[in-house]
Amino acid sequence: MSVVIEQPNQPRSRKNAQWEKRAWIFMRISGAVLLVMILGHLMVNLVLPERGVKSIDFAFVAGKWADPFWQVYDGIMLWLALIHGTNGMRTLVNDYAEREWVRKTLNIALWSVAAILLILGTLVITTFDPCIDPDVENYLPGVCKP
Amino acid sequence: METKEIGVIPSFTVTLMVRRFDPETDSEPKWQDFDVTMFGTDRVLDALHKIKWELDGSLTFRRSCAHGVCGSDAMRINGRNRLACKTLIKDLDITQPIYVEPIKGLKVEKDLVVDMEPFYQAYRDVKPFLIASDTPAAERLQSPEDRARFDDTTKCILCAACTTSCPVFWTDNQYFGPAAIVNAHRFIFDSRDEAAEVRLDILNDKEGVWRCRTTFNCTEACPRGIEVTKAIAEVKQAVLRGRR
Ligand code: HEM
Ligand code: SF4
Ligand code: FES
Repeated sequence: MSVVIEQPNQPRSRKNAQWEKRAWIFMRISGAVLLVMILGHLMVNLVLPERGVKSIDFAFVAGKWADPFWQVYDGIMLWLALIHGTNGMRTLVNDYAEREWVRKTLNIALWSVAAILLILGTLVITTFDPCIDPDVENYLPGVCKP
Repeated sequence: METKEIGVIPSFTVTLMVRRFDPETDSEPKWQDFDVTMFGTDRVLDALHKIKWELDGSLTFRRSCAHGVCGSDAMRINGRNRLACKTLIKDLDITQPIYVEPIKGLKVEKDLVVDMEPFYQAYRDVKPFLIASDTPAAERLQSPEDRARFDDTTKCILCAACTTSCPVFWTDNQYFGPAAIVNAHRFIFDSRDEAAEVRLDILNDKEGVWRCRTTFNCTEACPRGIEVTKAIAEVKQAVLRGRR
């Protein structure tokens, strides 16, 4: 039941209108998911192991990434945290950078770093090879049999 | 009956540090201090009057009603946006100088007077008027509940205290700002209005409601006690719903 009215003033640039909304929703959803996942991450890595934080070594990490569950878990955390953090930094850049070229440069730098970290992180999680450790048979028996 | 001299009304001397800028002679704004003798019932506006009328006639500021109704004398007093006419001097720390500056984020024209045009432009952009397709012969009736829905945001006097307290607005002059969103809220949630969707679409903008970071500066600044941040949050929710 809405009426169509002429725009009496010069309109603002409507560019990226939906994007800003999506980014806002994403920050909240990813924040809520991260809250749960990061707490789980801290519990599993630092609290639950018998020797606490001292139990983290190559074998511990290799053991986790031999399990598809932790590969997916860490992958989701990586992507959510990096995109969430980078988008948050974009907000800060928009707050502080007054000159357009400074803003553009910083934002391009931000997303480039995020992209590189995402690619590297995803590669590590998916292609991790425990067999570079000669001792691997002791904690993951059988994984390196040809 | 004898008339007795009741003690003189107690007064005190206070220093005002006023941010001065004269575009014809200054390249930069500068602070100037004035010592004035004031009473417990005096407001910062009275001190400014005293300076202008008795000490320095060139001091420039806006005021009209002097009673918190017109919204013309919002200024930054001791680092907070307030109406000079609603700020009692005795409520401030008078052992220290009182700092009076123009509101931030708008161009200073002279002393405490800023160019309000970008602020009004954002206000006009949200179409702050009733939009309805019919022309009834009598008044448009509304239930008390429907009226209560937007009661808070009807109180705005367009003083700009909220918008110029917002850190996002300080660096991004394109941002609509709290006041424009408050005045959009006033019509978006009015059951008699038919253009809620139009206004929600206007505010679903790169420079619209999503720029708000929930700092609460606006709510704290509003001299009318409007819950500005809450109103903005309600408009965000409505944009997500796509209707009021
Ligand atoms: C622990 C769970 C987390 C929750 C619940 C959460 C929630 C949020 C929310 C809701 C925002 C938006 C604030 C606004 O729009 O005003 C935000 C902003 C931000 N987040 Fe997170 N976040 C979390 C974790 C993280 C992590 C792991 C990082 C870094 C990788 C991060 C970096 C940021 C940054 C830089 C901002 C922008 C700050 C700002 O707008 O002032 N957050 N966060
Ligand atoms: S919402 Fe309050 S602070 Fe903002 S312009 Fe209106 S009266 Fe002034
Ligand atoms: S002079 Fe009118 S509100 Fe202060």
